[in-house]
Order: sequence, then structure tokens, then C-alpha cells
Amino acid sequence: MSDLSEAQAREILEKVMRMSRADTCQAGIGGGTGGNIRFARNSVSTAGETSNRSLNVSASFGRRTGSASGNEFDDAALERVVRRAEELARLAPENPEWIEPLGPQTYLKTPGYYESTARIGPEYRAQVAADCILPARQRGAVAAGFLQDGTRWSAIMNSKSLFAYDRRTDLDFSLTVRTDDDLGSGYVGRDYNDAARFDSAAAARIAIDKAIASRTTRAIEPGKYTVVLEPTAVSDFAGNLLGGFSARAAEEGRTYLSKRGGGTRLGEQLVSEQVTISTDPMHPEVPAPAWGFEGLPRRAMTFVEKGVVKQLSYDRVWAARKGVEPTPSPGNVIMSGGTGTVEDLVRDTPRGILVTRFWYIRSVDPQTLLLTGLTRDGTFFIENGKIQYAIKNFRFNESPIIMLNNLEAMGTPVRQGGNLFPPIRARDFTFSSLSDAV
Amino acid sequence: MKRRHFLEAAGLGAGALILPPGTRFWNGALTAIPSADKKALADAGLEAARKAGASYADLRIGRYLNQSVSTRERRVQGIGNSESFGVGVRVIVDGTWGFAATPDVTPESVARTATRAVAIAKANARLQTEPVRLAPVPGYGEVSWKSPIQKNAMEIPVQEKVDLLLAVNAAALGAGARFVNSAISVVNEQKYFASTDGTYADQDLHRIWPTFTVTATDPATGRFQTRDALSAPIGLGWEYLQAGSGRPGPTAMYGLRYDMVEDATLAAAQAREKLTARSVEAGRWDLVIDPTQLFLTIHESVGHSTELDRVLGYEANNAGTSFATLDKWKTRSFPFGNKLVNFVADRTQPGSLGEVGWDDEGVKARQWDLVREGILVGYQATRDQVHILGEKEGHGCSYADSWESVQFQRMPNVSLSPGRAPLTQAELIAGVDRGILFYGRSTYSIDQQRYNFQFGGQLCFEIRSGKITGLLNDVAYQANTREFWNSVSAICDQRDYRLNGTFRDGKGQPGQISAVSHGCATTRFSNVNVINTGRSLG
Repeated sequence: MSDLSEAQAREILEKVMRMSRADTCQAGIGGGTGGNIRFARNSVSTAGETSNRSLNVSASFGRRTGSASGNEFDDAALERVVRRAEELARLAPENPEWIEPLGPQTYLKTPGYYESTARIGPEYRAQVAADCILPARQRGAVAAGFLQDGTRWSAIMNSKSLFAYDRRTDLDFSLTVRTDDDLGSGYVGRDYNDAARFDSAAAARIAIDKAIASRTTRAIEPGKYTVVLEPTAVSDFAGNLLGGFSARAAEEGRTYLSKRGGGTRLGEQLVSEQVTISTDPMHPEVPAPAWGFEGLPRRAMTFVEKGVVKQLSYDRVWAARKGVEPTPSPGNVIMSGGTGTVEDLVRDTPRGILVTRFWYIRSVDPQTLLLTGLTRDGTFFIENGKIQYAIKNFRFNESPIIMLNNLEAMGTPVRQGGNLFPPIRARDFTFSSLSDAV
Repeated sequence: MKRRHFLEAAGLGAGALILPPGTRFWNGALTAIPSADKKALADAGLEAARKAGASYADLRIGRYLNQSVSTRERRVQGIGNSESFGVGVRVIVDGTWGFAATPDVTPESVARTATRAVAIAKANARLQTEPVRLAPVPGYGEVSWKSPIQKNAMEIPVQEKVDLLLAVNAAALGAGARFVNSAISVVNEQKYFASTDGTYADQDLHRIWPTFTVTATDPATGRFQTRDALSAPIGLGWEYLQAGSGRPGPTAMYGLRYDMVEDATLAAAQAREKLTARSVEAGRWDLVIDPTQLFLTIHESVGHSTELDRVLGYEANNAGTSFATLDKWKTRSFPFGNKLVNFVADRTQPGSLGEVGWDDEGVKARQWDLVREGILVGYQATRDQVHILGEKEGHGCSYADSWESVQFQRMPNVSLSPGRAPLTQAELIAGVDRGILFYGRSTYSIDQQRYNFQFGGQLCFEIRSGKITGLLNDVAYQANTREFWNSVSAICDQRDYRLNGTFRDGKGQPGQISAVSHGCATTRFSNVNVINTGRSLG
């Protein structure tokens, strides 16, 4: 099954609009072609290729809305999905918050499609696995990893003539290397739109080195420590911050941005002046599709500027009620940083802990954004600007808001899962207990 | 609305009525595919795989239906149906797995997909060091199985679902909630499995999850508190929702039936009470944990740690490995818990999320022991792994969440056996001098080898001298899996045994979800570390 071009996608969506008998109709189609390879125990475990496509139709009669989806595209199947959405809409009660769909919009042309990625086949994937497995074997280590690549396309249309199409390629790679005695573990993750930028052998070296370096660990007491967090760890942890930026939830008194006595913390200093968090679908490092939820055109926006809350997120309903511009759901998160590397941050650390990544992060208290989770795959003790030895993993109970108030320094942001996060150093990070896990 | 119209709307039933003449019958996912035709399609794929060089092949034709209705306060937020239809083919060539999938369910496309799966297996064979060894399985011929539902929730009119949810919301708002979100999710997996071993299994699986969150706020202090439903996602039909089904206790308790309106009414009052509840004193406490919370601790610390693929390292890059290693299992004396502790793996428990007739690699559903009187005695394994345990039969815990996902080891129901001595929850509480009683899943986190965990609850009642004295805030317990299961000091009997579970347990790369139940009775743990999670943002 091949991917749909813009013209093909438009043709199908126009057909859906012609089939519609509802007062308003919104439809989205999307799909992709891709493959993956998974390996563990220094051997390939599963690999596959798949292609799929799906259609989602949302039909409204007045303020009554229903939606349905399917993955077959012949005329009869398309019509079935349209009719089912309409049947559900007729059954639905009126939604007082129903809002008219957007009319035609002007969208940015965001980059993101690369032939280098689209062309990947089974041999390429097997070679990436080999680049990890063979050196791991040679160095007394065991590789477990995953590579996923593909082309994704999507298009939206509604009965008010809005139309948009997007096609992009992605490559996601992650690798965990454990020493063959199970005493050390290291990790590396990479993601790109352009596979030509991916150096699997170099990435594998990082995870293997980390595993071997963390083979012998010491246990140190839980407590408050200065931490140097690699960009992966920052992404894992601070990436949760924007979850509380819904203007509606904040005004309703149920996020950490709600203010005592009512209202929100918009305009207030939330975190250190060093922190700026924004989004930009055109960013060459982390491009994103040009539209967000309901087809709102994405644009560059700044949520936190020099530590001050500058922008909350308004969906179309809440924006209309409050008389402000709606904000498109962001396609990426960009946390600006400083210059320099993790090594530079370590060099300026008298005493602290270097964290490669976090694991199993969950919210403990949404009022303070307190999170819990654990360190994993390479945790090291720093003294006098040098990594001294590997340490046993910790559980933490900490809030990213508190951490970003305790910020000391940041390095150059690095792409992490389609977003940009810098490595950082922060003081007084709360580790609450030790874990025996390697 | 007439039933036939609803069936079409809901993606079920007489779809042929709206298909134009000449449409191939298997091209419409609404139309049931006659078993004979599924067999012909499957045989086309299996034969193509064999011809291309596969020593084994299996094939799954799947139709996956989902319906969700979600509401907020006095309005409906969304009503949606989704369905996905296609076929996945898995093969072994030169001792290596290959997999490919397609949504085009025609004999030609299925055969092409099988050939593609063979090509992928061949590309990977060069890195193979451990050729796949598949445990034998009998060919069961043409067989079928269906979840033991009384009322198909997919066939219940949407209006009835909306009416129930709006009644739930009204009850919560009436009892003092500031906000309430509620939803019902319904899943139906129709899947046809065929393999070169000679099994053709046609199965119809159903599950349902009604749930809500109520929120109470205090604008003066800027504080808010929530309380989630104490319902269980469950392998039943609409009959699960039944007014008047709660058993009395510190809060209403539910078994295989659930009164959503009653629970929401209680939840609103409890969320308000939590706004002014006192903060817990950190330290060592005796814990009395209701099944509505304990299931999740079982899931994370026992269910995941005894998955053999994790133990072996197949999940090392994602979910992690396990402390319950083979060397410990081999000693037959590794104290996972104390003598009161028995964990059973089961794919036959009626009404559970894990119940099936055959798994996704043609193994018949069964039950087996994981921990017996505290000792680690078993794992969860697929056909290609049981030889490592010296066993000759698969366990029946292979699952794929879609036709386009490759099947792999997924958790069966993993349950704590009830105590043998008569003991009710009320009697258990009466015997506690200083303790905390937990209800409902809340925050949860565990390390990648399943040693260190931290769990919270929806309701944490303080117990003093055998009596409940009120709700506590900022409570979480932190422990190590072995210490925790060795600190069990009492387990209520069968009368208190209840199923809870998770609807969307994640594992694998690419990520897949599965639904699994965990049964247990209220259990007491002695001297567990409780932390205070309260913080201030200044």
C-alpha cells in the first residue's frame, strides 16, 4: 500500500465531503509506511514492515457531533464511516460548547521529508543492528535496541473548505547496553527526520562506554544533591512542565498555574531567569507539522520567557469565551540553553551527580507538579569537576518547577524525541531512596 | 432508534445492507467474514510463506472495534467509534522471525505479505545466534471462543451510555464536586488465528471500562483534590453496570458489578473531605490495602517481574529486565514473599481481561503458578521461550494489540490467592492498631528491574485502634518488592476477592497495549515505609 500524495489525499477528502449529509463535516486521513528492527541479547528478536492508513470523520448536525474512523478507503468503506459518524451525531445530545469549524487557513511550509529516510529497507536496519551488536560482543557487553523508520502523511479537510496536507519522515533509535555480568548498563537515544545524519556506530559507542563505566557502583546516601542532567534526562523530567499550561484548567483552579484566590500565574516569575521555553514548527532541528488540533495553523510561540509565564494555551472554545486568540497545540517544545556540553557542566561541578536518563516518571501531586521516578543506565558521582565513580540508582521525588528555580547552568540544546532540551546543572535535587536496579 | 440502525452506527451487525452490489464480502470490515473464507484467506498466506521458505508461519486476520463516550459536567465531550481491519503474518526462516502486515485482506495481498515477512526474516538471519526453538502445540482444527458476556456493550444504544454518564455527573455535582469527567470505553476484538500447526481459532473478545474523575476545589487556598472511580476495567458486557451493587464499607466496594452513580456520589464527598484532610506523618506504618489499589502493586512488582522475556533481556531497551532471575528460580527456594503469598497466572478466569480461548500463537488458555507459599516457581513465557524453563508447552500468553503488531509475551492475569482462614476486611481493620487503609489506584512508579517502587491511593484512611479516624493527604508507600511481599501479615478470604485491572498496559517496541486483570483480597502489610509527598511552590 503506497502513501498518498497531496492530490490523492485531497481527492479522497473531497469525496468524503460530497458524501456528507451533516451540517458540518471535518475529516482527517493519515497513514504511513515504515519498518522496524528490534534486537536483544546481541541478536535480532523481531523485525517488520507495515503500512496503514486511516480516516476519521467528525459530523455535526447543529451542535450534535459524532465521530467514526476506519482504515479502508474504497468508496463503500468511506461512505460507511461518514454514515456512522452521522448516526452517532444524531444520537448525541447538543454540546453547548460546540464551535463552528475553521475556514481556509494559511499554513507554513514546514520541512521534514527526506528521501534518505524514506528509502530505508531491511538491509539498512539489519546494518544498524550489526553496528550495535558486533562491538558490544567484542567488548563483553550485550546490546538491546530498537530502530523505527518511516514516512508519515496526513491531511485534513472540512465542509468550510479548510484543507492541509503534510508528509514527513522519521527515524527513531534507542539502545541499551548491559555488561555481560549484568552489573553495568548504558543508554543512547537518537531521532532525526533525515537518516543521513544518523551515525549508528558512534551512537552505539556511547552506550557501550557507559555500560562498562558503570559496572562497579558505590551506594551513596539519598538526599539533596547538585545534579548534572543530560538532555535525555531533562527531556524526561522537565518535559512535563507544559502539561499544566491549559488556560482553562488553570482558571478552573486545578493546575500548578492556578493562583490562590482565583486566576492564573500568567505574567509571574515561575522559574529561574535562565529558562525560556517556546515552540516553532519551522525550527530546522525539530520541524513539526504545520497545523495543530482542529487545523489551527502552528506558529512560533513562547510559553516561558526568562522564567516568566508568557502564554497559556487556549483551545478555540476557551479562547472564544475569553476573547483571546486560540493557540494551536504545539508540535515541538524548545527549551533554550547556553553553550557547551555535558562535559563542560561536569567540569564546573565541585560535587554532584550526573544523570544519563530517568525512568518511570509519574505525577505524585499535580498541585506542585511533584514527580517521582528513578535514574537509569548510567548514574555517576562528580567531585572536583570530574566523574569519580558510578553510583547505584536513586528514586527521586522532585518538581521540575522547583528544579528550574534551582538552576545553575545550561549547555547547548540537543534534539530529544522531536524536541530540543539542553543539559543542565541544578542544586538541591531530591533523591528519596536507593534502588538496586541496574 | 431501531436496533438495526444502531448496529450500523456502532460498527456492528448487518453491514451488508449498506454495501453496494458486487462489493467483495471480505472488503467490508462491518461484514462478518464466514469462517470458511477466513480459512481460505489464511491458507493462501500460510502456503505462500511455506513456498518462500518458512519453516513455520502464523497469520491473524483481525477486526478491532473501539467505542468511547466521554462527558464533562452537563455535556457530552465526544462520541467516537473506531475500527481497524487487516492481517499480520509471522514466519520463521532459518531460525529467525519475520513479520509483515497489510490492511488489504485479499488472497493475493495476504500471499504477498507472507512473502515480505519471509524476506525480512532472511535479512535478519545473518545476525542470528540463537535460532528460534518453538515448543510443539497440538493443531486444534477449526475452533471458536467468545467472552462470557450477557449484554454486548457495543449494542447498547449510545443514548443509554450518555444518560448514564450525565446521571453520574449530576450525582457528583449534587454531592459537592466542582468538576467531573466521566467516560465509557468499549472494546471488541474479533480475531482469526491460523498457523501451519493446524489451528484455526475464531475468537470474539469483549471488554468495558466505565470511569470518572471528580474534582473539588477551594479557591481561597488555591487547592484542589480529585477522586477517581473505583471501577475495574473488565472482560464483561454492559451487565457490569448495575445499580445497587456496592457492598458497604469505608467506601462502597464492588465485585463483578459496579454502581457508577453511587461511587461518584461518594467520590464527590470524599474529594471535598480531602481538601481539609491532614497531611500524613512520614514513617513506618501498617498498611491495609484494598484490591482497588493492591492490583496495581501486584501488576508492577509481580506481573512484570515474572515475564520471562524481561528476565532474559528482550525488554532491556524499554521496560527493563527483572530481579527475578533464572538462577534464583532454579534454587526453588528464593523467597519472593512469605508463606502467605501465592501468585497464580491465569488466562481462564471468567470475566477477567486476560481470559481467552487460545492465545495469539495458538496455545490453549491455562492456569499455572508463579509463586507458591512465597517461593518463586514459575514465569510467563511464549512458545519460543519455554525450552529455557525445561518445559514443553507454551503458557498461552502471546498477544498482539492489532493485526499490524507482531505478537509477543504479554501478561496473563496475575493474581494473589485469597487467605484460607476466614477473614473479612472489617475484621482485618479491627485488628490494626496504627495503620493506613488504601483504596484506588493513584500515582505509581517502579524501577526497571522491579525492586524499588512507590504507590499512592485515591483514598488513604487512617486507622487508630482498629477504627477509621479520617482521610489523610500526601501519602505514598515506598518499598522493595521482596521486602514488601515478605511483610504480608494477613490476607482476607475468598469472600473479599475482587478483580481489578488495567486497560492499557504498555510494553514492547514499537509500543503495544494490552488489558489484564489482577485478583486479590484486602491484604495487610506490616511496617512499611510511608513518605509525605506534600511540597510548596512558595
